[in-house]
Formats: sequence, structure tokens, C-alpha cells
Amino acid sequence: MTSATLEPILKSSHLLGIEGLCASEVTALLDLAETYVALNRGGEKKTALLKGRTLINLFFEASTRTQSSFELAGKRMGADVLNMSVKTSSVSKGETLIDTASTLNAMRPDILVVRHHDSGAAELLSRKLDCSVVNAGDGSHEHPTQALLDALTIRRRLGGFENLTVAICGDILHSRVARSNIRLLSLMGARVRLVAPATLLPCDAARFGVEIFTDMKAGLAGVDIVMMLRLQLERMTGAFVPSSREYFRFYGLDREKLGYARPSALVMHPGPMNRGVEIASDIADDLDVSLISEQVEMGVAIRMAVLDALARGMA
Amino acid sequence: MNGHLGKTGRIAFRNARLIDPASGLDAKGGLLVENGKIADIGPRLFNDADKNDPEIIDCRGLILAPGLIDCRVFTGEPGSEHRESLQSASEAAAAGGVTTIVTMPNTDPVIDEPSLVDFIKRRAAATAKVRVAPMAALTHRLAGETMTEIGLLMEAGAVAFTDGDRTVANARVMRRALSYAATFGALVVGHAEDPDLSDGTAMTEGEFATRLGLPAAPALAEAIIVERDIRLVELTGARYHFGQISTRAALESIASAKARGLPITCGVAAHHLMLNELDVGSYYTFRKVKPPLRSEADRAAMVEGVANGVIDVIVSSHEPQGADTKRQPFAAAAFGSVGLETLLPAALSLHHDGDVSISHILKALTSAPARIMGLNAGTLARGAQADLVLLDAGEPFVLDERELHSRAHNTAFEGRKFQGRAQMTFVGGTCVFAR
Repeated sequence: MTSATLEPILKSSHLLGIEGLCASEVTALLDLAETYVALNRGGEKKTALLKGRTLINLFFEASTRTQSSFELAGKRMGADVLNMSVKTSSVSKGETLIDTASTLNAMRPDILVVRHHDSGAAELLSRKLDCSVVNAGDGSHEHPTQALLDALTIRRRLGGFENLTVAICGDILHSRVARSNIRLLSLMGARVRLVAPATLLPCDAARFGVEIFTDMKAGLAGVDIVMMLRLQLERMTGAFVPSSREYFRFYGLDREKLGYARPSALVMHPGPMNRGVEIASDIADDLDVSLISEQVEMGVAIRMAVLDALARGMA
Repeated sequence: MNGHLGKTGRIAFRNARLIDPASGLDAKGGLLVENGKIADIGPRLFNDADKNDPEIIDCRGLILAPGLIDCRVFTGEPGSEHRESLQSASEAAAAGGVTTIVTMPNTDPVIDEPSLVDFIKRRAAATAKVRVAPMAALTHRLAGETMTEIGLLMEAGAVAFTDGDRTVANARVMRRALSYAATFGALVVGHAEDPDLSDGTAMTEGEFATRLGLPAAPALAEAIIVERDIRLVELTGARYHFGQISTRAALESIASAKARGLPITCGVAAHHLMLNELDVGSYYTFRKVKPPLRSEADRAAMVEGVANGVIDVIVSSHEPQGADTKRQPFAAAAFGSVGLETLLPAALSLHHDGDVSISHILKALTSAPARIMGLNAGTLARGAQADLVLLDAGEPFVLDERELHSRAHNTAFEGRKFQGRAQMTFVGGTCVFAR
């Protein structure tokens, strides 16, 4: 049996963002991912659904966890996986993105997983390539598999999204994770809050239908999930926030600030963490509240589900 | 006269003209100070008291008002104590009826670190006669590049954020700093002189500068930045105070911004109310100030701005300089004039000229700066700290720089005839100056 004979899950042949997905597609992906969670926890972790298919991981930005998660997902699904990173590709020799796309296209891959520092890069490739494209993060735009794995983590812990309040805290301005999560959580019925200093909030963020807070105490009051974002080092030296110590004092998640949330509140972080900048170590390591390693586990299952779903649409 | 005052913790003022701009009070009456606080105030208070009671001060009809708040004071501490220390600035302030000085961060080192705000507060507590409310830098080292730790500096006690007499040239840096300040509800105090137009100049552009052959900047260097910062306030929602303006164009921009409901206020320096570019005379460096003395039309506009309330506060822009920095050719001399002791007399000249009422002038020196800077001062309300000035608004005198209490004597008003000055000054119920 191949994937192509199974019931289709996604309308599109690409996964470029959460934007464009409907709630039933998300639910179907999460349901499918549950089967891979079970598979991954077993001894024999491999299926043959993508046997004979070629998956190329094209990463223009350094990434450890996302790239290895996709690589592992592809291998467990039985695909042949090729990793290309920018340092070893001809892009560093001046080739344009379109030229790279044409070159890759000629190799006839089935699925291209791409991460790029420019927003819209995955979309551009999807128009130029014949294969399915999965966006593994483009600029400050979207990172759909991260939002899906976060949703899977939340659903497994709390049963669903209705009546949940999720606070997304930190560098919203530059975060593709935040944009994908805002879209997905809102789509699934959760209430979303954004908590950040004004310098890290995008313009007109309230238009997303979220509540905006610049004060962590007010922003975390009564929330079920606190989702922390990574603050890039180059943004802590005066351009967006004055220093990492000031950031931690007012926006870093410590016991005091977590105390404003519901007593049962859980903490998430897409990684990699800056301990002592956006999150205190004792919270990151507290297995009673931190879902951080669970998120990583769900990442592989979600990516297997995405590959499965895309393969179902292939001839 | 005052040796005993404050010892019993009780002072009764009788026969005063009480002016409290915060409440609109302007009436004859008395005031009681107990334990550093204003315990009572009223029209008939102490009318029948024994004049020889040592705890009683007969004000003989003089004005008793809240002590003045000067929102723009440069000192030399730390780094240039030979020009002015917090202690010597506080002596000058007390003599001028000023009970709170809001200090600028333009020191060496620059006040851009929580520990340095703490240093100013400790030094002030140990050495100063009046209250010191420190401002901190808006950008690190006043370089206009990266914002300071506004949240931590506020926790340390900084009342506002400013690069002093420097304009943040980069609009993106300013936008982010304002945005970040808005996050904390912090007040930003801006200086409006386009640095590209004004760097290296010594005067305002015009016929007089041309005759003197001095490098000059167009007056619109001010309005350009005022307009820019008003737009950035509109974008970011930050609370913004123009430390001092000096041109009609800036005044009109601010009037329209206020009419639009933006959280913008502004101040004017006493010398921009009384002097114009012609007062530079024969290259008189004590009248080289930043921004420069303007045209007579601009000076008159500043008086008008105080009268109609577009200008919220009057400041001294007290900036001590020494012979080393002022005894120079005009273009090479440093900017600045001391002003703590002439702030009140210069402001009162608006009253004597018939332009502004005394209580309106005092509002611009007490309750208005207190409100803008968020200070618990500037009022005669019961329970308020007893920071008071007893002033004779009619006393004529000629300013003699040798009588100044400030360590530096670079006054723009040397030899000037004034009418009205402080007779006694009280901080927290303690007499810190008596003439």
C-alpha cells in the first residue's frame, strides 16, 4: 500500500503556511500525527509509505532541530533524504534562488523542505518546482510545522483548544513561529494574547484578533499556556531592547511571572532557549510545567504526518 | 531670623498671600507646617497669633507658594565638580526659591546605568539642600545609537529620559526608544535642534549673525525635529516633553499637536523669554546658549506661549561653565548660562510687563513641572511635603554675578535689572535659604 491510495488530507500539494489551512485539515493532520507518536514510541519505527520517494532538505539558515526532525521523519517514512545546506551549495557562489530551484527540479525530488531567511521564499519555490514544498520557516512569515507540533502538544495535554487562553511572549516582531501559532490557535478556537515590549510587537498586531499586552503581569493573568519565544542575541543590545538583563527582569519567564498564570499553566518554547534571557532555567527544566522536550518529540510525529499527507496527493 | 526654624518641627506662616497654582488658590491667609508636611492652610489661620511666637513667621503680605521645580539643570557631578557639584547647585537653587532640581544626565560618566542613578540619589541625599530628581540618558553614552535600560533606570529612580542638549539624530533609533519608553509609561525629554543643520554653529541665522561673521544655524533646525518627534509620538504613544523650545514655528507645531490630543508638553528657558539674538552684542559668550538666542519675534512668541499655556513650564537651563570654557572666542566658547538664581526673577518679568499673571507664572514653575515629571511636589495641599518659597514679587535688584551661590558665574543676566526674588526657601519644612 502507498500513501497515494489513502484518503486525502490536504487540499494543497504544498504546506507553505497555516494561512490557507482549514480547521478540519489541521484536525486531520493532528489525528494522523497521533498514529506516528505511537509508532515512534515502538521498537520498529519505520513505515514504507514514502518508499522510493526523494525528500530534499534545503536549509539556507542553520538549524539543528528542525532539519534533523525532518530528516528523521523522512527516513522513518521510508524516503530517500538528501540534506543540502547553504554553506555547501552553489548559492554561496552567487546562484539565485530560482536557479537553485531549477537545478533541484531537474533532480526530480518529490518533496522539498525549505528554510530561508527571506519571507516568501517557500512560496516562490513552490511556483517554480514540480514537487511538493514544505515551508520549514521563511523569514518572519510562517513556520507551519512548528505551530502544528505545538498544537499537537497542547491537544495531547489539554484535550483541545476551545476555551484555552495562550500567551505568546517575546520577540513577536521577528517571529515566524508566533505568526503561525497565532493563525493556528485562533483557527482552532483558542484565545491568543501577545505579550512583549512595544518594540517587539508588529504593527497592527491586534488585527490578527489577538489581545496585546506590554505588561507581563497583565498578559499572563489567568492563561493556560505560556509560549515563550527566543530573543536573538543581536536584538538585545539596544536596538529593540536595551539589554538581556533588562529583558529578563521585565519579560523573562521566572517563577514570579509564571505565578500570574493559572496554577495549572504549562510552558512551551520552540527552542533553542536562552536561559536567563527569556526563560529561567528552573522553569525550563521543571517537568511539571515545561512541555519543551515533549514539543521536540511531537515535531518528528507531525513532520511524518505532513509527509504522509503530501504523499497522498502524489501520482 | 531662621536659626530656630524647623527645630520644633513646627512653623506657622501668618499674613501671607497664598498662591497654590495646583488648586487655583490665590488668597490671604496662613499655613502651618508640622514634621515637614503642610498640616493646615486657610484664610484666617494664625490671624490672631502672637507675633513674637518663635514658631511664627510673619509674611507681611509677601507671596507664599510651593517651592519651584526646575526641570532642566546641568550639574558637574560626577566628572566636572570644579564647575558645579550637586551641593553647590543646591545652594544656588535654594537661593533662587527652587526646592527640586531635575538634573540632566550629561555628566562624566553619563547617567545611563541604574547604579549611576543610585549614585546621584545618594550624593544628593548626603550633600544637597534641595531635592534632586535625576533624569537618565535615553541612549547609551548619549551617542544616539542604542537605548538605555529604561525599565531598570526607572526602578532606580530616574524620573525621565533625555539625551540632554543632544538630539537623537537617527529617526529609527528615536522611534524605537519612544516605543520602548511607551511600554513603561516613561517620559522622554527631547532636545530639538537638527544636528546636521546646527553642529558647528554658534548663533541663530540672520542679519546679526551675518554682521558678526559667526557660523549660524537656521531657526527651523528646531521645528524640523519638533515636527519629526511629534509624528513619532503619534506613532508610538510615548509621553514626550520638549525640554525647551525657542521659536514660533516650534510653538505652532506643538500647539497643533496638543490640540490633536497627543501626550506632548514643552518648556522654555528663562533666557529665551527675556533675551534675543542682539543681546549677544559684542561677542558676549555668557549669552551663547543652546539653542541660541533667537529673533525678537521668536522671543515674543515664547512669552505668548507661556501666556496662552502652550508652553507648560519655564526652566533655567542652568548650565555652569568655567573661565576655561567661556573665556574663548565666541565660536569656540561653550554653550550655557547658569540660571537657578535668575529663574524666578526672569519669569516674574512677564508679570511686570503685564503679559502673564503671577499665579500662571508660578504654575509653570511648580504644579506643571510636578505633573509632567511625576513628582510629589509643587502644591500647598494639606499633607504635601512643605517645600515652600516666600517671595517678594516687587523687590528691585540688579544682578551681580559675584553674589551668585552657584560655583560657576556664567550668567546671561549680569547687570540686568530685575523685580522680585525669593526671600526664604523651605525644603520639607526646613529653612534652606533666607535673604
